[in-house]
Amino acid sequence: MTSQYKVVNQSVKKVDGLALACGKPVFTSDVNIPGMLCVKILTSSKAHARIKNIDVSKAEALEGVKCVLCYKNVPRVPRTTAGQGYPEPSPYDSFMFDNKVRFVGDRVAAVAALNEEIVDKALDLIEVEYEELEAVLDPKKAMDKNAPIIHDEEDCHVIIPIPYDPKKNMCATVSAIVGDTNKAIAESDYQFEVTTHAPKAQHCATEPHVSIAYLDDMERIVIKTSTQVPYHVRRIVANTLQVPIKKVRVIKPRVGGAFGSKQEMCFEDIVAMVAMRTGLPCKLEYTREEVFVSSRIRHEQYVTIKAGLNKDGTITAFDMYVLSNTGAYGSHGLTVMCNCGSKVLPLYPCNNLKFEGHAVYTNAPVAGAYRGYGATQSAFTMEIVIDQMAEKLGVDPLEFRKTHHIREGQGSEIFKALGEGKEGVEQTIKSCGLPECLRIGSEEIGWKDKWNKTKDNGPIKRGVGMAALMQGSSVPEIDMASASLKMNEDGSFNLLAGATDLGTGSDTVLAQIAAESLGISEEDIIVYSSDTDLTPFDVGAYASSTTYLSGMAVKNAAEEVKKQIVQVVSEMLNEKDAEYSFEEGYVKSSTGKKLTMSDVAMRALYQENQFQIGAIGSAISHSSPPPFSAHFVEVEVDTETGKVTVLKYVATVDCGTAINPKLAEGQTEGAVLNGISYAMTENYILNDAGKMLNPNFKYYKTLKTNDIKEIKAILIPTYEPTGPYGAKSVSEISINGAMPAISNAIYNATGVRLTDAPFTPDRVLAALKALK
Amino acid sequence: MEVVLNINGKDLALQIEPGDILINTLRNNGYFGPKRACDTGDCGACTILLDGMPVNSCLIFTASAVGKKIETVESLGTVTNPHPLQKKFVEEGAVQCGYCIPGMLMSAKALLDKNNNPTEDEVKAALSGHLCRCTGYVKQIKAVISAAEELRGDK
Repeated sequence: MTSQYKVVNQSVKKVDGLALACGKPVFTSDVNIPGMLCVKILTSSKAHARIKNIDVSKAEALEGVKCVLCYKNVPRVPRTTAGQGYPEPSPYDSFMFDNKVRFVGDRVAAVAALNEEIVDKALDLIEVEYEELEAVLDPKKAMDKNAPIIHDEEDCHVIIPIPYDPKKNMCATVSAIVGDTNKAIAESDYQFEVTTHAPKAQHCATEPHVSIAYLDDMERIVIKTSTQVPYHVRRIVANTLQVPIKKVRVIKPRVGGAFGSKQEMCFEDIVAMVAMRTGLPCKLEYTREEVFVSSRIRHEQYVTIKAGLNKDGTITAFDMYVLSNTGAYGSHGLTVMCNCGSKVLPLYPCNNLKFEGHAVYTNAPVAGAYRGYGATQSAFTMEIVIDQMAEKLGVDPLEFRKTHHIREGQGSEIFKALGEGKEGVEQTIKSCGLPECLRIGSEEIGWKDKWNKTKDNGPIKRGVGMAALMQGSSVPEIDMASASLKMNEDGSFNLLAGATDLGTGSDTVLAQIAAESLGISEEDIIVYSSDTDLTPFDVGAYASSTTYLSGMAVKNAAEEVKKQIVQVVSEMLNEKDAEYSFEEGYVKSSTGKKLTMSDVAMRALYQENQFQIGAIGSAISHSSPPPFSAHFVEVEVDTETGKVTVLKYVATVDCGTAINPKLAEGQTEGAVLNGISYAMTENYILNDAGKMLNPNFKYYKTLKTNDIKEIKAILIPTYEPTGPYGAKSVSEISINGAMPAISNAIYNATGVRLTDAPFTPDRVLAALKALK
Repeated sequence: MEVVLNINGKDLALQIEPGDILINTLRNNGYFGPKRACDTGDCGACTILLDGMPVNSCLIFTASAVGKKIETVESLGTVTNPHPLQKKFVEEGAVQCGYCIPGMLMSAKALLDKNNNPTEDEVKAALSGHLCRCTGYVKQIKAVISAAEELRGDK
């Protein structure tokens, strides 16, 4: 299919690709400033304890130590570390340092010294006297009457009116009701109830969290950091240090992957404080073990869906309950839970819907944002229920999904009922490529020939499974993005984007959008992201928002720039009423004359009525159009060993217009593999004392090249009228399919239903034995 | 102790400590291609070639690299004159965040130096020490095969 576009919908090369492939020093950890201090954090060895006393005098006295921070010498400012828009819907329940520790890996103190060796010695010299407290690790026990209270401090609070009861370890609760689910389910011909357990998981971005800080010539604090959210980091750090925002500058260099783990102010406050106290540059870089234990993880969730179905195929009700383990702090606690409902319940419209959930504090490591953001956990449950419904009716689950999924022009009461800390936003679906996703994906896997066709009676069984998915594109009526364009003499443009490319390719996608609008090549767009001193505001890279929302901001900036160019051109050509088009690097007049972009720039900058051609464009989202996706998987189950092999995985995705098809495929393939890894091997193991037992890649198994057979991503084009050039999001959706699709495939192969991930051989074998 | 390391074809005289690890020595001397990611040899981000063999530089004592040929990604190509592997990785969309890429490219180079017409399984085996969390490895495997074609002169 030939595209109507010149630059968008083309797989142009990633703008930073060659610099990255040549190993250029583009990451935060590649920055070396002479005299830079090494900073490390002393972390808690206890899951729950009060610090009765801490003596840092010996550490401070050690030669080469420049600064020791602990609760005794820093301001006590409650805040959330969640990188969300202000006012944040996450509780203000953490401090730079506190006299209490709430999980193994929690902050106790930080040391800055001339080199790593001295820091390590100094950390050993810090004397901490703990009063150990009872800990609770199991989210099901967190709200028990006699459970230890994790946040017993008086100053933790929420800053928007949302239910919060820390004395009961209740971080957040939510409830949204449409119709009467109890009645509808009771009156249905068939009833269903499925509970799944999606475990904790770490993002495993290859680049560990890293930040450096120094004072500039005016003694402002400059933080270079691997973050998804530079603006939120600036705001949170300024508040934590109690300095004005104008005193802080946050620069994001290239980021080595994030997946949500860097939608967080992880330790920028500490490096900033060290720089402020010592006046010296400093760097803090997590080890892999610290990334596993002390950064952020996926919310472990138990999700229960009760549902009703009539013999005529009508789904009468869905009732979803989520128990979410937010760990020691409530970062993203409410919103991840809300997303379980808002990104999954609308997919199969029905008249009665109920969504309830509790996010509870435990003494486990801190949960936060993770690609999929709750939808991963609840799609697991929903897509099993859908398969069970089809089975009950005796129909093919592919056909059942085809007849029941949401369609263009339809809405869902849940969009309005369930927002992020406030009521949601009503919307109807304006683009839905799910029918094509289902058709093409099922053909690619060979569904008709393979589903329910297990033939041989040997120990190796084969089966296929599927899942249908939706996500969103940005947080509606909350998120804002902006970008600026500035024209140069040669007709090139600087695009300064607050949007945060964290390896996704968003700089490239934004350059393509600007270039398409201006009728030039993307090579004439010089992208820079992000720096709070230079680039305009953007909430950051999260909620599948960048292509959709920041892309719209770029398009708006380009449209404004075009108006300015037209003004100059009409003066140059002395034409008042001509129409102008922007093509192939020229501004063409309807009278047949044309000028190069450089002609226009030279005139505007040097010759007559001079001004800088340039504009800032902003965009807010009024809706969050869902991308849709269908996932199909073929597995082989060895019933003697319990080993499950994923033979082939097909993901078809409707992301509207793919601004860069190759990058969109890459997003899909990456999300799929992460999903398979989460479903099959990733096992975040805590012992009874709350200590992680496998904080390394040896024993926390993520998949590599020799673990995969065939992964196929297929883009299904649609046009989303509210998005830039018809685009919707693509980054998150495809992490949600593997757990349910593989569970369904194992069931298809063996009749065994797995609801507790990962589907390790021991679990599969145990389930097979239980079946017999 | 003073040693001489041969890095990317050049001899470099250095003052090192016996316990120094090669990745740190390289990065402290301006070779930022090898990336630190796990420090346990499980992810391959710090991969370099030692006498043509891909190794995790986070597991190698600097002293043990004396007298051997060290190659980092900086020896491959430049932004204006990239090696076919670097070119194909970018063209195929195999580079996302790019943090694992310099190491992966060195393993790919070691493979192609020995075998200029690898099968998909041979490429998978050669890259199996590398963790990439952004991609599904699909495009990287394709890029290596495509670079091999170019190096053979097929394309």
